[in-house]
Amino acid sequence: MQSGNARAMHAPFGMGVVPNVLGDGAYEERGENARMSNFVGAIAITDLVKTTLGPKGMDKILQSQSGSIMVTNDGATILRSLLIDNPAAKVLIEISKTQDEEIGDGTTSVCCFAGELLRQAEKLLENHLHPQTIALGYRMAAKAALAKLESLAVDFKHDKEIFRKELVKLAKTTLSSKVLAQSMDHFACLAVDAILRLEGSTNLDLIQIIKQSGGSLADSWLEPGFLLQKKLGVGQPKVMHNARILVANTGMDTDKVKIYGARVRVDSLARVAEIEKAEQAKMMAKCEKIAAHNCNVFVNRQLIYNRPEQFFTSKGIMAIEHADFDGVERIALVTGTTIVSTFDDPESVQLGECEKIEEILIGEEPVIRFSGCKAGSACTVVLRGANVQLLDEAERSLHDALCVLSQTASVESRMVLGAGAAEMAMASAVDGAASLEQGKVALAMEAFATALRALPAIIADNAGLDAADLVATLRAHHAEGRHTLGLDVNEGVIGDAEEMGIRESFKLKYSMVNSAVEAAEMVIRVDDVIKAAPRKREDPHGRH
Amino acid sequence: MSLMFDENGRPFIIIQEQEQKQRLRGIDALKANIAAARAVARTLRTSLGPKGMDKMLQSPDGDVTVTNDGATILKEMELKHEIAKLMVELSKAQDDEIGDGTTGVVVLAGALLEKAEMLLDKGIHPSRISEGFERAVDIAMPVLDSISEQIDFEQNDHEQLRRVAMTTLNSKIVHRIREELGKVCVDAILAVADMERREVNLDLIKLDGKVGGKLEDTALVHGIVVDKDFSHPQMPKRVDDAKICILTCPFEPPKPKTKHKLEIDSVEAYKEMQVAEKAYFTDMVQRVKASGATLVICQWGFDDEANYLLLKNELPAIRWVGGVEIELIAIATGGRIIPRFEDVSEQKLGYAKTVREMSFGTTRDRMIVLEECASMKAVTIFVRGGNKMVVEEAKRSIHDALCIVRNLVTDNRIVYGGGAAEVACSLAISEAADQIEGLEQYGVRAFADALDSIPMALAENSGMQPIESLSHAKAKQMREKNPRIGINCMKYSTDDMKEQYVYESLRSKKQQLQHAAQVVKMILKIDDVIEDKNYN
Repeated sequence: MQSGNARAMHAPFGMGVVPNVLGDGAYEERGENARMSNFVGAIAITDLVKTTLGPKGMDKILQSQSGSIMVTNDGATILRSLLIDNPAAKVLIEISKTQDEEIGDGTTSVCCFAGELLRQAEKLLENHLHPQTIALGYRMAAKAALAKLESLAVDFKHDKEIFRKELVKLAKTTLSSKVLAQSMDHFACLAVDAILRLEGSTNLDLIQIIKQSGGSLADSWLEPGFLLQKKLGVGQPKVMHNARILVANTGMDTDKVKIYGARVRVDSLARVAEIEKAEQAKMMAKCEKIAAHNCNVFVNRQLIYNRPEQFFTSKGIMAIEHADFDGVERIALVTGTTIVSTFDDPESVQLGECEKIEEILIGEEPVIRFSGCKAGSACTVVLRGANVQLLDEAERSLHDALCVLSQTASVESRMVLGAGAAEMAMASAVDGAASLEQGKVALAMEAFATALRALPAIIADNAGLDAADLVATLRAHHAEGRHTLGLDVNEGVIGDAEEMGIRESFKLKYSMVNSAVEAAEMVIRVDDVIKAAPRKREDPHGRH
Repeated sequence: MSLMFDENGRPFIIIQEQEQKQRLRGIDALKANIAAARAVARTLRTSLGPKGMDKMLQSPDGDVTVTNDGATILKEMELKHEIAKLMVELSKAQDDEIGDGTTGVVVLAGALLEKAEMLLDKGIHPSRISEGFERAVDIAMPVLDSISEQIDFEQNDHEQLRRVAMTTLNSKIVHRIREELGKVCVDAILAVADMERREVNLDLIKLDGKVGGKLEDTALVHGIVVDKDFSHPQMPKRVDDAKICILTCPFEPPKPKTKHKLEIDSVEAYKEMQVAEKAYFTDMVQRVKASGATLVICQWGFDDEANYLLLKNELPAIRWVGGVEIELIAIATGGRIIPRFEDVSEQKLGYAKTVREMSFGTTRDRMIVLEECASMKAVTIFVRGGNKMVVEEAKRSIHDALCIVRNLVTDNRIVYGGGAAEVACSLAISEAADQIEGLEQYGVRAFADALDSIPMALAENSGMQPIESLSHAKAKQMREKNPRIGINCMKYSTDDMKEQYVYESLRSKKQQLQHAAQVVKMILKIDDVIEDKNYN
């Protein structure tokens, strides 16, 4: 004991030496450093995507590791393709993805707004505001902004005519920044028609997009019926009127034996032949049963072997094989039938009907067209264009527009003005609320308004306009309550968004503000970043 | 050092392969261990309290977690040091048993070690320090009992419980909607609580989340949400007055466990088998149908053929439902889990008023909700949020809030938070310390000092002067004889924690002190660390 105490007195162990408690390769950033690296990462991401914002935004070329090329303007697509090692940047990518999944558009705006909020927060931190105070201010500002947005939202749903017109405007706004801008009117109408056919459903699976290179974008069309990218069986009728369709999901090669552990064991070649015969007989019996349904078209999800195909041909039944799962579901839905897997009870099966089935050519690709279907909700958009990259981008753009439209047509029909008008109006509301607030939170609220105003500024910048001047003028107008004014990027002046016909979905703006604030708060609140060592790929059984 | 000599002067080896091992002994070992444990506590210190900050953690696979929950931070930190791992265990124990206060317990342990280190420098033997800490805990326990109060929530007034839940949520990112979530948590607990036995089984509350929407959309579903859809696309999307058949056997011909082979050697046998195969399917579906079931929930998959037969017989079905969910469904609907088709009967069916499919956003995300089940016991809290990290953090926050509400239901004695209980204990312990003779006095007093570091950390995190705030609270408690005075983190007009509704359950606080003291005692007992250099 004595010696133990004596040793303690003279212990040479230096204080302040903190042993490394983390695993190998892991490291920790604290306080200012953590905050700095988070902000830098998030702002870098924002600067990367912000040039794509707005009608005059630029595109990006993305080259994958395998060397394939993608040209896009879609924020979510760009962000998804980035390999990022900054956790804060990952948060921004995450909200952009969510926006894509929930709304379908506004993926760039949400990322830009969150980035701008963080840029402002950085300045406030330099002025020694507590991060929690900033978060609180942002939350209060968001409340004021969303209340303003809600008051500006208008609903056109009551009048079908006007609603359609406004939907076209909405579609145009979404499309204006994309590659489809050149034939915007055409595509806007196309998208609105497709959505209105759905009659309130948000199931976009019903709208099929077929891409076929060749022709120009303006040659794209909306097919009211249904197109299936498959070939008909050899020697079968190419046109079928008054089709009675049986849609099935069943094996038409050989029926697998479903009893566990069963296997065929034979002792002579003759036996093999017998079993083979029995197998064939079973298949043919199945075919007979199918034919007994009195159908003249048979669509199967799985393969159809030659023998059954021949059988159907001889019966005059059109057989379509290998229609994938989506295809089968769509056909069943469009023609009003069920997907069948057993065939013992022909009376109870409701056959699908359509007026005409034919094989047509798009470019050089044969497809099967089902026209005059019972249920009219499904449809197909055929996109034509010069090359694959263009078609891919066109599909993404159209998909964005369809997403926004479907949400507006069914879930939340309210709309607000675009062209930066909504952002400016929200900013002025936040300014107003900030001036009534006591204490430091007011500074944070003002910063929020500045971040909101940064969005129209980016749009103007991208269009090569004098952003500072335009935004300042707009600010003055909005302060006087003229909330319809926004940017006219084509003329480079301030214009009335209502007259220009620029509408945006209320839900899009609402969720943009909401998720951006959530994300910004999340990053602001962090004061410590702990990164684990990346998992070693080549040694999956290694220690970690 | 580790070489010793026997009586004949020959050296002999105590540790094999010495050169590969690192050895720390005596006070060096102690100090190294204390430093490691304190490093962990230091990381958590800034997360304490309503204004505590979050930590961002990146996993080896690059996934990002943003959290404020002490147990989660430590779990994800990938700590290597053995002593640091002890701290992880400490917060885990608190998390498992209480569910809240996981940060506080680690910070307290860190503070205790800091004080212990000072005493070591004074030359006090570690066991004497431990004994002092033990004495201090013994003093603190009755003090906590005496300042505890009972809160009364029996008379349909759940306001108190809601307030407590809100206090817990205050420090989290879901702060914005703490009122709504507080209500959700209390409702959830009360729905599953057994008030007579004062027991709450948290397993009955399922926390589920889906990215998208906003936090405000978070809702309590009086039923169960299953992340599946109907097995056949054309089955109805809604079943009213569902009689549910819960199966754990696949809709397939049976697979006997004993190894067997069925040999087919003739055409007749082949045909026979085909008939048998078909009979299996129709028989299975018929049995279910005959029992009067209108919905089938199955743990396994179905064959295409069975799937179609179910559709034809108007039996909507859900397949591939996980084992845990199957159990929850069985509890909620009052049904029995049926392992074989032979056992299907009407008495074993469960009941739910409505079963419907929900869809979200623009992607194909669907979920099935079973509402108004026969026994209302199981509930689901369904969390929505702008991104994955928010949803995950919200789930953790709700879990904490649920735990604290549960603790109050099981034991409704509380102490006041915001450092008030710590200050009260610290005052009592320092007073008692003066009466103690011997070296333990130092240990006891150090314990009181360590307790002070909790309110100090709270004040520091809230941007206040820590020492000033602490001395203010101490003086006021002494003067007014009011053990409810704490640190006024939220800058409300009062620093009486009762009026701010900052409660902590008595059990949680007691456990914090005991566990922290135990771990510290354990660390102080180690005087030799032998480490293999090749390890890691």
